[in-house]
Amino acid sequence: MSRSLILHLGLIGLLIALQFVLPVYHHGVLARVLVMATFAMGYNIMFGYAGLLSLGHAMFFAAGMYGMGLSVQLWGVPVGPAFLIGIACAAGLALLVGLLALRTLGVAFMIVTLMFSQTLFLTILYFNPVTRGDEGFVIQQSVRQIFGLDLSAPTTRYFAALLLFAIVLLGILWLVRSRTGRVLIAIRENEERARMLGYDVWRHKLLAVVLSGTVSGAAGAAYGILFGYVGASFAQVPYSIFPLLWVLLGGAGTVIGPFIGTLFMFYLIDLSSAVTDAYMLVVGVILVLVTMFARKGLMGVIRERWLKWLP
Amino acid sequence: MEFGPHLILAMLEGLVQASVLTLTALGLSLVFGVMRVVNVAHGEFFMLGAVLAWWLTSLVGGPAALGFAVALIAAPLLVGMMAAAADWLILRRVEYDPERTIVATIGLLYIIQQVTLMTYGPDARPVAPPFNTRLSIPWFEFGEGGLEFYFPWGLSTTSYKLFIIAAAIAICLGLWALMAKSRLGLILRATQLDSECAQAFGIPVERVYALVFGLGAALAALGAVLVVPVQQAHYLMGADPLLLSFIVVIIGGLGSLRGTVLAAVLIGMSDGIISVFFSPTLAKILATLLVAMVLIYRPNGLFGARTT
Repeated sequence: MSRSLILHLGLIGLLIALQFVLPVYHHGVLARVLVMATFAMGYNIMFGYAGLLSLGHAMFFAAGMYGMGLSVQLWGVPVGPAFLIGIACAAGLALLVGLLALRTLGVAFMIVTLMFSQTLFLTILYFNPVTRGDEGFVIQQSVRQIFGLDLSAPTTRYFAALLLFAIVLLGILWLVRSRTGRVLIAIRENEERARMLGYDVWRHKLLAVVLSGTVSGAAGAAYGILFGYVGASFAQVPYSIFPLLWVLLGGAGTVIGPFIGTLFMFYLIDLSSAVTDAYMLVVGVILVLVTMFARKGLMGVIRERWLKWLP
Repeated sequence: MEFGPHLILAMLEGLVQASVLTLTALGLSLVFGVMRVVNVAHGEFFMLGAVLAWWLTSLVGGPAALGFAVALIAAPLLVGMMAAAADWLILRRVEYDPERTIVATIGLLYIIQQVTLMTYGPDARPVAPPFNTRLSIPWFEFGEGGLEFYFPWGLSTTSYKLFIIAAAIAICLGLWALMAKSRLGLILRATQLDSECAQAFGIPVERVYALVFGLGAALAALGAVLVVPVQQAHYLMGADPLLLSFIVVIIGGLGSLRGTVLAAVLIGMSDGIISVFFSPTLAKILATLLVAMVLIYRPNGLFGARTT
């Protein structure tokens, strides 16, 4: 067993152990962090490994959430299949967005993803009678069950979030050490060179977008099920900025970084919202500071200084 | 109201929107053109202009016209100075790298917005217009006695709204004169064309960048001061101008000032007219989709020159 596998399995083991000792409040926060860290890991596939900076990931999160939520709400689909429908919606959207947006590069790519995401948000508002717009809707506690387990109970919720997190964490660990993952990194480092070496750059980028959108959608669907709420605010610009912030802070292009960044920001915002309503100020300040002084993020710096083997 | 008068009213409202949008979008376009960076905090400089206008008018007191005149001059100046300082402190340090600049200005957006929330508060506050005479607009119909003029109920505008349109035209002409005729304009155009070459010829490019960033923000603030007597000042008011300016700058062709003005009038007018007759949300959905498609299929904009 390699060092990196031990590290990541160790993290999962630590999170399992924490569930038995954490006080109720932090237990709930950590369940939320795990789902959002999954979102951030999805973002990291595109940004950290393929070098594609998206400003519209809220659309994938929301596609998963609404794909799941609407099929429960309108057709009474059980949450298990609804979860899969949500993921399928996000994957389909990601494929469509990838096919269109990948024709552009750099700044244009950022703006195109931002605009598509804004379009989805406005569409959710426009179909207000179905989606309930800004207000959103609640997934009733009675339907939030799978295999007879009540997903709204704190312990099951924590383990469900952890299961999703662990699958994605190990999946990405496997991906980045696979041939495909190495090609993605090659594209990030030097696209022309990767093309010269005969790799199909377009196809690999599209794969990265679809995988990234799918994982983000899975996080969105899981959030809706575990916390019982589906709302248009999750499709808005801040939810495109958050994963960017978490990944930048934790370290883009590291497997464990998104989790560290999410955990750090959740507690920072939690602490500051006790002091002021304007807690988004913290988000702004951290974004500016990270771009100015710590481009590699926390895990990026650790990898550079001490742990060169960190994937 | 009948269709004819209704359309005239919608067009007038659209023209007011277009005037403010032109100024805001010109600011964004200028920054992109010269510095090659996208300023996501542009809408917040717009908001700062409106909030400072409220602050200055309530500080000065006296007749509404006096306070407004002070705000019209001082608010854009203050906002411009703040933006130049932000450029010097932040953007210069990220070396104007396009992607890092976007992330940094997103941070700046939240900083400005939240500091305004902490100081100015969550309320929307009005600014009194300096003059506000109601002007009725005549409409005609073919009656029994041939062509008849009358004043339909509700078809009117105010002298202040006409002033917004006139002021926007004057400012555009001023900006054109600055860019095309003055020595400063020459320096800006040289920097836009080739910043390294300009530096080699002794142009202090970093200072030019700070100036341009300040000027762009000041234009947005100017638009906001003009619009704030019609629309109240609020700490979240920057989002719509930002989105619309983005749309305008992209449709008009990135960095082309002439295309920006043309697109601003087009978008502002059609947004005004469509919003009167259809759902504003639908208008926005179509506009954002249009922008994405233009960027994908016509990256130089609909009016942009075919250069790389």
